Amino acid sequence: MKKFFAMMLALAMLLTCVSAFADDDVVTLKIAHIGPTTGGAALYGQATRDGAAIAADEINALGGKYRVELINEDDEHNVEKAVNAYNAALDAGAQIILGTTTSKPCEAVGALAVNDRVFMLSPSASSEAAVEPDNVFQVCFTDPNQGAASAEYIAEHKLGTKVAIIYNNADVYSTGIRDTFVEKAAELGLEIVTQPITFTDETTDFTVLVAEAQNAGAEIVFLPIYYTPASQILTVAAAKEFKPIFFGVDGMDGILEIEGFDKSLAEGVMLLTPFVATAQDEKTVSFVTKYQEAYGIKPIQFAADAYDGIYIIVAAAEKAGITAEMVRKAEEEKDPSEICEALIAAMTEIEVEGLTGTMTWDESGKVTKTPMAATIVNGEYVFE
Amino acid sequence: MTKAKRKRLIYNLITFALVIAAFIILQSMIANKMISRSLKGQLVPICAWIVMAVSLNLVIGFSGELSLGHAGFMSVGAYTGAIISGWLLQVYEVQDTTLRLVLAMVAGGLIAGIAGVLIGIPVLRLRGDYLAIVTLAFGEIIRSLVNVLYVGVADGKLHFSFLNKNMPAGVSMLVDGAKGAVKIKPVATFTAGFVLILITLVVVLNLVNSRAGRAIQATRDNRIAAESMGVPVTKYKMMAFVTAAVLAGMAGALYGLNSSTVIPTQFTFNQSINVLVFVVLGGLGNVLGSVVSATLLTVLPEVLRAFADYRMLVYAIVLILVMVFTNNPTIRAFADRLFAPVKAIFRRSKKKTAGGDAQ
Repeated sequence: MKKFFAMMLALAMLLTCVSAFADDDVVTLKIAHIGPTTGGAALYGQATRDGAAIAADEINALGGKYRVELINEDDEHNVEKAVNAYNAALDAGAQIILGTTTSKPCEAVGALAVNDRVFMLSPSASSEAAVEPDNVFQVCFTDPNQGAASAEYIAEHKLGTKVAIIYNNADVYSTGIRDTFVEKAAELGLEIVTQPITFTDETTDFTVLVAEAQNAGAEIVFLPIYYTPASQILTVAAAKEFKPIFFGVDGMDGILEIEGFDKSLAEGVMLLTPFVATAQDEKTVSFVTKYQEAYGIKPIQFAADAYDGIYIIVAAAEKAGITAEMVRKAEEEKDPSEICEALIAAMTEIEVEGLTGTMTWDESGKVTKTPMAATIVNGEYVFE
Repeated sequence: MTKAKRKRLIYNLITFALVIAAFIILQSMIANKMISRSLKGQLVPICAWIVMAVSLNLVIGFSGELSLGHAGFMSVGAYTGAIISGWLLQVYEVQDTTLRLVLAMVAGGLIAGIAGVLIGIPVLRLRGDYLAIVTLAFGEIIRSLVNVLYVGVADGKLHFSFLNKNMPAGVSMLVDGAKGAVKIKPVATFTAGFVLILITLVVVLNLVNSRAGRAIQATRDNRIAAESMGVPVTKYKMMAFVTAAVLAGMAGALYGLNSSTVIPTQFTFNQSINVLVFVVLGGLGNVLGSVVSATLLTVLPEVLRAFADYRMLVYAIVLILVMVFTNNPTIRAFADRLFAPVKAIFRRSKKKTAGGDAQ
C-alpha cells in the first residue's frame, strides 16, 4: 500500500512539473464555521454561516491553489453546546475554526483550542477575553474598541456634549462597550448627564428609561445594545417627541429589517459599523447581489465579517505557505498544530482589504481598521 | 417485608452496577483512544446532569414537591466552586488540581445547602402550585444576584462588591458581573464526576430507604394522614429539599470547573425545566430512570447534529414519542411480557412511579 502511495506521489510530482496547477498542488483547507444557527442569536449565526459559504464558493470557483471545505456546527449561543460543537467539528476533520460568532462561546472554545493548538478566527466575537489566547484572532472590533471609537467619533464630529447612555446591564456586550465609552468620554470632555440607565433582557417597557434621558436634557443618546430593545426605545422616544441623536454600535445593525417596525422612527439614527449593504463600491455590490440571490435577504454586518474571515484565513495560509503535505499530515495525526503555528505567525504579517475595511493584526489578535459610522437616511444606511 | 427488602437491594445493586460498568467501559475506551472527542467532551457535563436529575427526583419524586428552581442551586455551586478554586490557586498557590476540585465541590455543596435552608424555610410552608412558583422566583433571584456580583483577588485577599465594580487596582477578577465567572482553570475530571454520582446514589438511595425516607414519602402520599400520625411534615420536606440543594451545588461546582467560563444565563428557568424533563422522563421516584434519561437526553442533541437546524425539532419529537410510548398500556404490557423476569425486580419501583404520576 505504501509503495502504491509512493508511486502515486512520484507520478503526481511528475505531473506538477508538466502543468503549473496540477491537482496535487491544490491545498484544501478544512474550515469549521461554529455559530448559533438556532436559538435566540440565530440571526447572527446564520449570517456568518451564509457569508462564509459565499466566500468559500468564490474561492473554490476561482480555482487557485487554496480551496475551502466548510463544515458547519451549531452552538445555540450556549457555552456547553459550543464546546460540543467544537469537538464535533474536530471529529469531522476540521483543522481551522472560523468562529465562534458570539463572545462567550468563543471564550469557552478558545480555552480548549489554545491547548489543542487549533487556529481560530472569530468573525464577530467582540469581547476582550475572547482574543486572549494567542491562537484566536478577530475580524470585528472588540467591545472596548467600539465604545472608545464611538466616543471619539462623537467628539471629533462635534455631535454634542451631553450624553445619556441606555444599556443592558445583564449583557456582556452592552456593559463592555458602555464601560469604555464612559472612560473615553471623560477624556474627551463629553458629559454623561444621567445616572446609569439600565435594563435587562426581560424589560418590555422603556418609558421610564427614555424619560430619564429626556429630563436630563441629553443631546445624544448612546445605545450600546441590540436592535430589538433599540427599536422599542426609538418608538417610545418618538411618542414623547424626544429627538436627540441616537448613536448605536454594531448591534443596532438589523433595526431596519424588523417586521412591523416603523422605519421612519429610525431616521437620523447613527451607528458605528464597518459594513452597510447599500454601499456602492464594487465589492459590496457583488457580495450583496450574490447573498440576496442565494438567501433572499440583505446581508448584515455579521455576514460581511464572516465573508472577510474566509478570505483572511486563505490570505494567511498563502503567506504561511501551508502545503498539501501539512494538511494531509494534520489529518492523519489528527493534530492541526503545525498549521496553527504557521497561521499565527502569518496573521501579523498580512494586510487584507475586505468588505469591512483594510485590516491588519498584532499579536494580541485584535484587528486594526478605521471606525466608520453610518446614518439612517430614507430607510437606508448611508456612510457619511 | 424481607422480600420487599431483597427486591430493593437488587434494584439498588443494579443501579450501582450499571453506573460502575458504564464508567469502566468508558475509561477503557479513553485509555484505548476509541472514543470520539465529541463524546469525551460531554462526559463531565453528563455526570453533572445525572446528579442534578437524581437530586431533583428526591424533591419531586419522593417528597412530592414541584421545584422549578433547581438550576439556581446549580449556579450557586458553580460560582462558589469557581471562586474557591481561583482563590486557592491565586492566594495559596494550591497546585494540586484534585484538592482544588474537591474543596471547590465541598464548598459549592455547602453554600448551596445554606441557600437551600434559607429558601426552604418560607417555601416549604407553601403547597403545590405556590411552592412551584416561589422556587421558580428563587431561581430568577439567584440569577439576578450573580449578574451584579463582582469578586476579585488583590493583595492576597478576596474582594466582593455588588452592583458596582469597586475593585482595588491590580485586581484579578474571578467573577465579573454579567461576564460571569471568568478565567476558570478547568480542573473537573470524569473520575470526579463518577465519584460524585456514586456519592449521590449512596445518599439518595439510603435516605429514601431509611426511616426518614419513609416519612418523606408518607408526606408525599398523604400530608394530612402523615401529620396526624405525628410526622413533622416541614422537617422531612426540608431534609429532602436541602439534601437535593447540596447535591445540586456539588454538581454545579463540577460543571462550572469543567469550563473556562460560567455565565448567569446558563442557569435560567429553561435549565431547571430541562432537569425536570430528565426526571419526568426517567420516572418520578425512579433513581435509575433519572440516571438513564439524563444521560440519553444530554447525548441525544449531539447525536442529532446530522439533522443540522432541524435537530431540536427532532429532539422534541423524540421526547414526545418516548413519553407517549412509555405511558401506553399496550406497549407497557408487551414490554412487561418481554422482560417478565427482569420486570419482577422492578415491580416495586414501578408502583412508586405510578403513585408519583397521579399527583
